[in-house]
Amino acid sequence: MLRFILGRLVKSVFILLAILIFNFLLIHAAPGDPAAVMAGEAGAADEKFLADLRTRFGLDQPLYIQLWTYLKGAVQLDLGFSYRQQMPVAELIATRLPATLLLTGVAFLLSLVLGVIAGVAASARQGSWGDTIISTLALLFYATPLFWVALMASLVFSVWLGWLPGFGYSTIGAGYTGFAHVLDVAKHLVLPATTLGLFFTAIYMRMTRSSMLEVSRLDFVKTARAKGLRRSVIQRRHILRNALLPVITLAGLQAGQIFGGAILTETVFAWPGIGRLMFEAINQRDYAVILGVFYISGAMVLLFNLITDVVYVIVDPRIRLTK
Amino acid sequence: MKEFWKRFRYNRGAVIGLVILALVIATAIAAPFLFPQSPWKMVQRPFLPPFTDDTLWLGTDALGRDVLSGLAHGAYVSLLVGLVSTIVALAIGVPVGALAGYFVGRTDDILMRLTEFFQTIPSFALAIVLLAIFQPSLTYVIIAIAVVSWPPVARLVRGEVLSLRTREFVEAATLSGLGNDQIILRHVLPNALPAIVVLASLMVAQAILLESSLSFLGLGDPNIMSWGYMIGAARTVIRTAWWLSFLPGMAILLTVLALNLIGEGLNDALNPRLTRKSE
Amino acid sequence: MSLLSIRNLDIALPEGADRPFAAKDINFDLAPGEILCIVGESGSGKSMSANAVMGLLPQGVKATGGTITFDGQEILNLPERQMMTLRGKRFSMIFQEPLSALNPLMRVGAQIAEVFEAHGALGPSQRHARALELLDEVGIPDPEAAIRAYPFQLSGGQRQRVMIAMALALEPDILIADEPTTALDVTTQAQILKLIENLRGSRGMGVIFITHDFGVVADIADRVIVMQKGEIVETGTADAVLLHPEHPYTRALIDAIPRLTRYAHSDDPLGTPIMRVEGLSKTFTTGSGSFFGKQRVVKAVQGVSFDLFSGETIGIVGESGSGKSTVGRCLVRLVEPDKGRVLIDGADIAPMSGTELRETRRKMQMIFQDPFSSLNPRARVSRILTEGLIAYDTPRTQAMDKARKLLDLVGLDASAMERFPHEFSGGQRQRIGIARALALDPSIIIADEAVSALDVSIQAQVLDLLADLKTRLNLSMLFITHDLRVAARICDRIIVMQKGRIVEVGPTAKVLHDPDTAYTQSLLDAIPGQDYERALMQVE
Repeated sequence: MLRFILGRLVKSVFILLAILIFNFLLIHAAPGDPAAVMAGEAGAADEKFLADLRTRFGLDQPLYIQLWTYLKGAVQLDLGFSYRQQMPVAELIATRLPATLLLTGVAFLLSLVLGVIAGVAASARQGSWGDTIISTLALLFYATPLFWVALMASLVFSVWLGWLPGFGYSTIGAGYTGFAHVLDVAKHLVLPATTLGLFFTAIYMRMTRSSMLEVSRLDFVKTARAKGLRRSVIQRRHILRNALLPVITLAGLQAGQIFGGAILTETVFAWPGIGRLMFEAINQRDYAVILGVFYISGAMVLLFNLITDVVYVIVDPRIRLTK
Repeated sequence: MKEFWKRFRYNRGAVIGLVILALVIATAIAAPFLFPQSPWKMVQRPFLPPFTDDTLWLGTDALGRDVLSGLAHGAYVSLLVGLVSTIVALAIGVPVGALAGYFVGRTDDILMRLTEFFQTIPSFALAIVLLAIFQPSLTYVIIAIAVVSWPPVARLVRGEVLSLRTREFVEAATLSGLGNDQIILRHVLPNALPAIVVLASLMVAQAILLESSLSFLGLGDPNIMSWGYMIGAARTVIRTAWWLSFLPGMAILLTVLALNLIGEGLNDALNPRLTRKSE
Repeated sequence: MSLLSIRNLDIALPEGADRPFAAKDINFDLAPGEILCIVGESGSGKSMSANAVMGLLPQGVKATGGTITFDGQEILNLPERQMMTLRGKRFSMIFQEPLSALNPLMRVGAQIAEVFEAHGALGPSQRHARALELLDEVGIPDPEAAIRAYPFQLSGGQRQRVMIAMALALEPDILIADEPTTALDVTTQAQILKLIENLRGSRGMGVIFITHDFGVVADIADRVIVMQKGEIVETGTADAVLLHPEHPYTRALIDAIPRLTRYAHSDDPLGTPIMRVEGLSKTFTTGSGSFFGKQRVVKAVQGVSFDLFSGETIGIVGESGSGKSTVGRCLVRLVEPDKGRVLIDGADIAPMSGTELRETRRKMQMIFQDPFSSLNPRARVSRILTEGLIAYDTPRTQAMDKARKLLDLVGLDASAMERFPHEFSGGQRQRIGIARALALDPSIIIADEAVSALDVSIQAQVLDLLADLKTRLNLSMLFITHDLRVAARICDRIIVMQKGRIVEVGPTAKVLHDPDTAYTQSLLDAIPGQDYERALMQVE
């Protein structure tokens, strides 16, 4: 098992390296002067800054040396300098990352828990009213543009009803401390996390439902019934555990999508995470920041993947015990 | 074919989906005739609410542009991007998956590493990066969406091919002296087709969502009216003119929903539970 | 008094099935300590009444009439809550495929303990102890280890023993066994049959044993029910039904059973070798073996050598994992052999590639096991049969003519050309598979478990067809099978394989009746229904 995890870790490192190389190639494939690309919108940076960049990244040297310089920097978390914000990209990201981790983490867990519960409930009474309602809702959520739900949610619950804050991370100038601060952040988190989670809840619900139905047709479920076990026990112990395996796999694959969704929700709710940072950078054509966020989001996704891998291994003995 | 229709029609949702999609397609085709003027043109005072002007049913936006005209022209863009990017994604994913699944070993390793890489990196962020660095034009939007949506195709096709290639009829074809190309094209892919078709219909839906998200962030083609752009442009005035955001969103929702419903119907019709007669 | 009594039971299939009833007008009784065998071919509805007793009919299938009386109580339409108290406690069930019948994510011990838990029997610690006793009782070698194992860590036979232990946990009055040995090797099958028979004796439990194999029936049954298309055609004591069948269907079935004593006699001296196999070896490695990957090495075939003579049929016989199928696939290079030579007319096919390989491979064709997966479901029969010819540059019209002739040769109508595989029965599909193999005029046919998936009556027909074609077309044949009885019927010589090696080669009569090795003898001993065969010969 340790070997398996270690293998995944090594693989993750390779993927991160690949993202870096990919970034590097993009900078050079982009139309125009790579230095200008790195500095931001062409013409916005002054000549001195561009010259600085050229010497720093050895832009007059052969490509492979440039790549080496770039990688060496990136491994030491030197992700470049945002000319627009007058700040190192790594520092910018570091201040914004916790907010994103909080948002995506909560949304991820929320959607997983809700999706599985709804999926189990729907599959337990296939074809019933409850199933129809849950399945229809899932179908709707699955088809809804995330940014639009976010907008509508903030309009209804924040603007019209005034129940929840629809803007930012905490109440500006309130100066809450301790528990009051936590509560304040939690209130701000409700709308972004639920709207971000909605789409994924739908996905996990659909997967859980179909997987439950699939598993319930398998032979060992018949064995369980032949033992005289109660329906609820069969559902939980035999069907659900087996049905969760593909859901976990899917959750791992979807981790990247959650971050993509975070860019949109953070933009709508002005949530001060790296998604919002990316949106700002797009508007300013601040390429160093865009590429830096891209790289860090890749790392985040790999972390999520690693966690789901570990969970999978814990649930499935066939992987844990095969030598 | 008849059998197919019978099973497809049996799924009520799929039929509803088909009707909605037909309406959207009709709108997209009719848009240039119904609204020959550019949807960017200012036609009335800004913020005209819906149903107040006999000629401008859905009113105007913050710059006095006809909302209905924008929606109609947006339908065309959504469908075009959805369809073309899916075709491009299939053109990448199907060969990659087929080659990886059929020639296991080294080829499989390399191709699957590549697929895994593209699947692991956050796809939406990748699309943003691509569009931010290259010029946001319709072509690049389509390319960017295709680049991030082919990995699931490759994985699906590979899985199907892997299981098909060990089937006895493929072995028999090998012994009959057929070449690899013939075996893949005539024996393996046709049997993987139903699964690909179903996935493709869902991919069109996802591509439309992706396109709208990109336009919303301001990464769409600046010369083309699209639903995502309309929402993005109306975002700042949501407190005063919420319908400007609401209406294009409903258009996206309905179109994507229709495609998902059709996908489910196709799944029911093309992949009926292969019931081997048992006791 | 009978323990279980079924009267006029009708079980309806859902609408749109190929017949309205899964089973119709079923009547039988089961006494304590009795083994009742329900025997029939696929689609006969033989397992339906047993499932109805358990209250576990498949979805959409419903009992529509009749009564099932168990221990004086009517149980057919008993509420689910009350059925639950009976299931697992008063009657229990084991299934055909023990791997899929066990939950892959739960330890064996927990799965057994669950039975006690379901019926509120014993305390948690006692459950564990009792589970250990049960595992010991069903003959699992190391119960202490097995109780902590997951199903995938056990062998097929051990898994079925676990299933039996589970079924016996609360000492039920009735055990229902639905083809419990069909997925097992003969030697394991013999052990499991013995176990069930012993348990019946020691516990006085009634057994309903569902099977398609008359040999198994003969070894274990007290009474027999023969079913055909959902109806009981014959009932009686084992001796009466098996030795003096009254219904023509029963007679036909019994006649079709492959027997050890009916083997092919070949008087022809061996001719020239058409294929020479020398030192063939194949090792499979699974897992990438690159870094951190775990590797498993299976030596599937080790140093196999033999000659196939012109006009001869060799049977390659072995249990699962013996490497017999890998040998067949190595010969035609569907699997690449690691070592060894395969000489066809003096030319070694092993190192060939490209055109040379294609030309040589043409002389060897295969017939496959599964009539469902061996034909492309999306290709018409015409394409299936002509594709090879066209690939070897035969003009289309000529190929079509040839295909029609082939269909005639295997006993199918020319109208089959325009149809798709799913429109045919299993036996017909296998005939199409044979026609395809013959299309390229091969001199060697490799049949890999070609009749294993077929019902006995169809099995017999297909075997006869193969034997007939072989003589008419002067073919040489390698017949790969797990069933010595089937091999006996058609083979001139038999090769016995075990764990990738040849353990015995010889003329069929010699291998079957005077084998040189203990392993072959143990395989022979395990074949069910041998006493019956002798009795049958006397009757005839």
